[in-house]
Amino acid sequence: MQTPASFEYERATSVEGAIASLQKLGSEARIIAGGHSLLPMMKLRLANPEYLIDINDLAELSYIREGGATTSGSPSQIRIGALTRHVDLLKSELLAERFPLFRDAETVIADPVVRNRGTIGGSLCQADAAEDLSAVCSAAQAEVVIRGPDGERVVGMEDFHIGPYMTAVGAGDLLTEIRLPLRPGAGSAHEKVERRAGDWAIAAASAALWIDGGTIADVGIALSAVGLTTIHLSRAEDLLRGQTPSEELFAQAGEIASTDCSPGADGRGPIDYKRHLAGVLTTRALRRAATRALNQEA
Amino acid sequence: MHVSINVNGEEISREIEPRQLLVHFIRDTPGLTGTHWGCDTSNCGACVVLMDGQPVKSCTTLAVMCEGHEIRTVESLEVDGVLDPIQQGFHERHALQCGFCTPGMLMTTRALLDENPDPTDHEIRTAISGGICRCTGYKNIVSAVRWAAEFEAATTSGSSSTTSGSPSKQEV
Repeated sequence: MQTPASFEYERATSVEGAIASLQKLGSEARIIAGGHSLLPMMKLRLANPEYLIDINDLAELSYIREGGATTSGSPSQIRIGALTRHVDLLKSELLAERFPLFRDAETVIADPVVRNRGTIGGSLCQADAAEDLSAVCSAAQAEVVIRGPDGERVVGMEDFHIGPYMTAVGAGDLLTEIRLPLRPGAGSAHEKVERRAGDWAIAAASAALWIDGGTIADVGIALSAVGLTTIHLSRAEDLLRGQTPSEELFAQAGEIASTDCSPGADGRGPIDYKRHLAGVLTTRALRRAATRALNQEA
Repeated sequence: MHVSINVNGEEISREIEPRQLLVHFIRDTPGLTGTHWGCDTSNCGACVVLMDGQPVKSCTTLAVMCEGHEIRTVESLEVDGVLDPIQQGFHERHALQCGFCTPGMLMTTRALLDENPDPTDHEIRTAISGGICRCTGYKNIVSAVRWAAEFEAATTSGSSSTTSGSPSKQEV
């Protein structure tokens, strides 16, 4: 029988209260939301928090809405509360229209029952390299809002992951919001191969393109499950920026993905297979993202 | 710590450790052993119960997190000797062999029909993709859910007793 080690539990009644508790209890305290990453780790003693602060009652952290300028200068953005559950990300028409890679990913994240509980904030803070939403948010060039005792700060995804299972969210901090800057000409896609329904990815690729006047104005590409952290393909992004979308270009980006990823061999496959797969999925994700971007422009 | 959880309409109040999982609270405290405790890793789906109408895996939910929420287990499906249509469907279409996955399958598909009364086979397969039937009886499970959907549609429209071969209420 797998049971977590003993811990103290408290239920937060406000964001401020949760942060105050984190401050008071120190580094042995952890936030719990859906718990579908944390509880399995606690059962295996890979995580041993002495205190759990349950934020499931903080309905003010569960939303998907459009509005407000970004710190990076986009006139508008989509804001997603950290407690928003996978099922709500999957069903959101706003996300499906503006960032369809979310729906691509959410149809293949775990299974529908797990998706009823797991949250975007929990997924990002878990920072498992095989987790899909970290790559999705990296490709979409998301920013995250982290609230601590000294107020809020906004961090880009490139600065969010600081190592395997490590993020910019400090011991006394709470991730409160994910922001997706809205720019014209966007198209995006997430491609994943898994052994069976609900499993972790063997490899997955997220891509977002912003096409302006027939050329790629900006691009984000990230990979899941083929390295110790989510892999941001900046070399491939540099190659694509300013170019006209083409099959040859996307194939070159795929080759870069195969080279720049660093998978390990495990039960899901050997290294050469995973490198090949990362390349194929990157090309596919870019192709679909471009198709979507161009349809949107028409 | 003290918790009070509504299980199948009844308030269950107990002193428990915060680390107690919902599946053990349900099975140990009110003794509702219909909810099965399987893989313990949120993979198999045998432990699925409804939390405020939504299927959740009770092996990966702390009991303390459920205070103030309504939990429904497989025992709540049958009322006064009358099986829920989803149970009747499993009976009619032989959708269980060993029965271990059945409580999770029943609660998952009950919630599916509550949200989507006329699901396609693909939607049914997607809904039960968080459950594992080691007898591999998926085909009959899908058929059972279709049976229940058609039964409920017929019952709602009031034509269930007149159509030849249509399902009828079954007493237990």
